[in-house]
Amino acid sequence: MNEERITEKLNILADAAKYDVSCASSGSKRKNQNKGLGNASNGICHTYTEDGRCVSLLKILLTNHCIFDCAYCVSRSSNDIKRAAFTVQEVVDLTINFYRRNYIEGLFLSSGIFKDADFTMERLVRVAKKLRTEHNFNGYIHLKSIPGASDELMREAGLYADRLSVNLEMPTEAGLKLLAPEKNRQEMIKPMGFLKNEIIQRTEEKALFKKAPMFAPAGQSTQVIIGATPETDQQVLQTADHFYRNFNLRRVYYSGYVPVLSDSRLPALNTSVPMVRENRLYQADWLMRNYGFHVNEIVNERAPHLDLDVDPKLSWSLRNLHVFPIDVNKADLQLILRVPGIGLLSAQKIVSARKFGKLNWDQLKKIGVALNRARYFITCNSTSFERRDLTAMSIKQFILSTSQSKYLKNSVTQLGLF
Amino acid sequence: MTTLVYDGSFEGLLTAVFEIYEHKLQHVKMQRGEWLSTALFENVIEVVTDDKRAGRVLQGLQQKLSTGGLQRLYAAHMADIENEDGNLVGYIRYAFDAKQNIEEDYGNRYVLRLAELMRMIRREKHRMEAFIRFQKLKDETFYAAIEPDFNVLPLLSRHFKNRYADQKWLIYDMRRNYGLFYDLHQVDFIVLDFAISKPDNVISTYTEDEGLYQNLWKNYFKSVNIPARKNTKLHMRHIPKRYWRFLTEKI
Repeated sequence: MNEERITEKLNILADAAKYDVSCASSGSKRKNQNKGLGNASNGICHTYTEDGRCVSLLKILLTNHCIFDCAYCVSRSSNDIKRAAFTVQEVVDLTINFYRRNYIEGLFLSSGIFKDADFTMERLVRVAKKLRTEHNFNGYIHLKSIPGASDELMREAGLYADRLSVNLEMPTEAGLKLLAPEKNRQEMIKPMGFLKNEIIQRTEEKALFKKAPMFAPAGQSTQVIIGATPETDQQVLQTADHFYRNFNLRRVYYSGYVPVLSDSRLPALNTSVPMVRENRLYQADWLMRNYGFHVNEIVNERAPHLDLDVDPKLSWSLRNLHVFPIDVNKADLQLILRVPGIGLLSAQKIVSARKFGKLNWDQLKKIGVALNRARYFITCNSTSFERRDLTAMSIKQFILSTSQSKYLKNSVTQLGLF
Repeated sequence: MTTLVYDGSFEGLLTAVFEIYEHKLQHVKMQRGEWLSTALFENVIEVVTDDKRAGRVLQGLQQKLSTGGLQRLYAAHMADIENEDGNLVGYIRYAFDAKQNIEEDYGNRYVLRLAELMRMIRREKHRMEAFIRFQKLKDETFYAAIEPDFNVLPLLSRHFKNRYADQKWLIYDMRRNYGLFYDLHQVDFIVLDFAISKPDNVISTYTEDEGLYQNLWKNYFKSVNIPARKNTKLHMRHIPKRYWRFLTEKI
């Protein structure tokens, strides 16, 4: 391996891939077989970038040559940048050697479009196939499916990869038309539908025949870029909800737009990355997937945007004070999960612990409940009752005066934007 | 208040519990180490580890706790976190004195403390699974040095054995001076004599391409950073500074 050349390629192709936000490496169940290399299931972040994001996979493009000219993308064909392409063997060597040193959980491989969809997809699949069949590699592989690739290639990809994803890029079709006129939303959705059916079918087979091969065991994900186009949070979350429901997606990622290119259709280059909004979208997404919230409870016609100063659960609670206060010693788990300041783990601990005796403020605090928020919404085995018929506005002010978002705290400059 | 001095082993801890019940002690303090007869303290009991007595306590615990509960207790003791023996003894006493299984009684301070300890231990174990950086030596062994806050090396054995089944590896705890070595068949505890070869100075025994992959990894780490999103505080929270000197990308 020519050290200088491979270093340069890695720099170029890692740099170009870093805007893909997916980094999950969990949710698979690939075991180490026949004394091979690696396993995939745990989801380990091996390091963190200086911007605080998790690094768990070697995330690279096979090439940043691209026939498309999408306005938001650094690799767009009209952008004057250095181009490079890995060979299949180079990607395999990097993956294996990084994995052996415990730098990574596996490979996230995406690509610019070389010539056409199939030509590109075929190379991505070849990398995965080589890792699995020639190197007995059982680490995590996430392949980006190329819209427009043939069903045959998609099927083969599913046999070697743990996760497949197609980026929706923009939350709505109109947004995509504006910034990526050469791309077609239907063409992006088509492989998702194909994979969804294939995954369901293969899972059923696997239930019947233990030896049936795994097919994309960690499922599908997608990502949308936030803040490059004028969609509301309602539009963004409804899109996500639609894909969760109809395509069984495991995750939708929200990527706050980082201005890298000057283009009249895009926010100006000095615009800040919408980090708070991105964070609120992830919180809302979490509520939809793990806390039993319906998308319309979080955002709707009356409140199309997420609150930036408080998290979406608190925001919902303030709009629905009639539900509270609830008695944590009696209420259903589902209702306890709706209390601001109580997370999944604390909620479960409360339900376990109350079998032994009623809980008071002190015990709740020790269990891990954030009382500065929760105390306005619950009662417990204690005579003091904190809510005192406060209005939503005053509760919000009390809470804000005792806490501050970690994002708001260290980037005051960003506030002016919204 | 009675102080029980014991040898620091789990059997020793269980023997101490036996003594507590035998002498019907109420308020106790646990202390690891040697009993000094010259000490001026009153009410000091020297616990002589006794396998029979420990075995009886263990049997009793098996009646009162689930297998998982007992394992957690053992792991919490093994992790060697300072000044926690009193809480572990409190937990054991609570388990014995209660009529039902108390493992999920998070309203109780000892149960809650054990849950906290387990969280601390699991976090450190998980961090080691993430932050261990192997370096390939000339004899094809992948070597890593660590210095975890708690004694979690034994808990790492299964993870790395399942993951790196086709390479020899050695993980060495510099603070506690022992390591885990996998020879392609099984994992053993070993002690190295660093008087001959300094642990920080194994560069001479690297394979040829070790430097290449270390540099590639450092470069990769730089390339994936997005300066527009810089967030040093978050970065530091995820990788506390004390781990940096073992992280290839931070050296």
